[in-house]
Parts: sequence; C-alpha cells; structure tokens
Amino acid sequence: MRAAYPIGHVRTPYYVRGKHGVIERLCGVFPNPEELAYARPGRPAQPLYRVRFLQRDVWPDYAGQPVDVVEVEIYQHWLEAEEHGR
Amino acid sequence: MSHDHDHAGEHTHVHRYPPRPDQDDTLTYYRAMEAAVRELLIDKGVITAEDVRRQVENMDGRNAGRGATMVARAWLDPAYKQRMLADGSRAAEEIGLDVGPLKLVVVENTPAVHNVIVCTLCSCYPRMLLGLPPDWYKSRNYRSRVVREPRAVLAEFGTVIPEDVLIRVHDSTADMRYLVVPRRPEGTDNWSEAELTRLVTRDSMIGVAFAENAPSGPV
Repeated sequence: MRAAYPIGHVRTPYYVRGKHGVIERLCGVFPNPEELAYARPGRPAQPLYRVRFLQRDVWPDYAGQPVDVVEVEIYQHWLEAEEHGR
Repeated sequence: MSHDHDHAGEHTHVHRYPPRPDQDDTLTYYRAMEAAVRELLIDKGVITAEDVRRQVENMDGRNAGRGATMVARAWLDPAYKQRMLADGSRAAEEIGLDVGPLKLVVVENTPAVHNVIVCTLCSCYPRMLLGLPPDWYKSRNYRSRVVREPRAVLAEFGTVIPEDVLIRVHDSTADMRYLVVPRRPEGTDNWSEAELTRLVTRDSMIGVAFAENAPSGPV
C-alpha cells in the first residue's frame, strides 16, 4: 500500500497505508471517489480490489490471534507492487 | 412534587417537566435545500407529494427480513449458497429482492472463520437487505474499535469467539456492501425456510452475534 497522505476525500483508511496485504478479489471498476467528491466525472475509472491484511501487520500491539485478518476495499492507484513476495 | 394545582378557578394542571425540544426545530442548510428542491419539483409537476411520501414509506419499510430470507435459502440450498458467495447482488435478484445498484458481497461463517462487518469511514450498510443501520453501527466507538480489537468488541455484544476461530473483519470502505451468513443452528434439520428465517437476526448478519438457537421442543 502507498504511504501517502493527500488532502481531500480519500476512501483509503489511514490504518492500512504503508502496510503489506494480499489481493483477495477484484470487485469491479468504479469512478474514482476522490474525483466524484468534487463533482468531477471520476475518470479514468479505477479497478477496486479487496485487500487482506494480517491484523498483526496492521496493529503492532494486536491482542487477538495471529491468524486474524482485516479486509479493506482499495482502489488500484493506492496499490504498490512489492519487490519480494511474502 | 412540583405540580401546581390552581384550585381557585378551572381545575388546570401545570406540570413543570423540562420541555422536550422538538426534533424539527432547526432549519439547517440542507433541510432548507431539500424543502426548496422538493417544492420546486412538485410545483413543476415532475413528482407529486404522494410520490415522496410513498418513497419515504418504502425506505422505512425495508428491514432485516429480506437478508434473513437469503440466509435461510442459503442454509437449505448449497447450490444457492455458492451462487450467493460468488455474486451476492445476483443471488438477491434471483429470489426477487430488488437491491438496486447495491454491490453485495456475502461472506460465510464456518467452524473455522467468523466474519464481522464495519464501515470505519462512515456508515455503509446494506440498507436494501437489512433496513436502517443501528445507532451503534454508526458510532465512533464501534467503528474505531471493532477493526483493531474485534474479539473484545464482540465479547461486549455477548459473542465470544473461540481462540481457534479466525476473525475476519470486513471494512466497507468503498462500493461494496456486506452480508454475513451466520452458522446454521443445531437441531434445525427439518425446518422450513420460513421457520429458519425467524432465527436469522439483523445482528447475526452484521456478524456481532450468532443466529438464534432453535428452541428445544416443537416450534
């Protein structure tokens, strides 16, 4: 995930920015909400994915089980490929 | 007691309770805009006042019974459940539930996985299938905590998840809406769809509770 903090209407939660996740599925292609929020057409439309994160990777002090996960919808322009697979 | 009774003339009662404020006493910017646009549309004959009333009634009438019907069908029909997990919106339409533009993702609880839904950014919720979201679903407390300490939050709802069950939190941040298929209760083997539907609560489809247990003895 990109670790970026732009101003505006962003639907990428802070808690996953800069974190490592795995794509769970492609949900479809949707107009970009960061543009729609300002009455612009939202083009080019963005592929939307569900990305799965291990909770212990998101919260260093996570108190649940090490296998617990959180899945978040992320638009493609927020994803960065990792150089080494995990 | 603070009841002042006027015994001199007519027997009038003055009850000094704190006045309860009306809930419609502030004409906010958006309320004024809504009234202006609605009245303009009615004046120009685009819609009628009855159209507006009917639509409000329709929206208020949506409730968790719709989602429960899908869950009960999934419990009874494994093939339907597979179609539902593959494409929730299409599976809803298949049994005559109009979900409009809703993009539905259905997730299934199993002996190994428990799913719970939140929208940390606002209050995204499958209103077409569950009705209006409960107030706690929109609270900052639930939204900020269930995503980072789901086991503790679920326990506060009385829902204790065993340590060997994986918890999967779904954050509904964008265009998808989510429905949980809770586990089918024991002792319901020969139940009809209508009977099963009664065990499927709103909270069990958000994932903060289990489906109701089958009462012991005949239903």
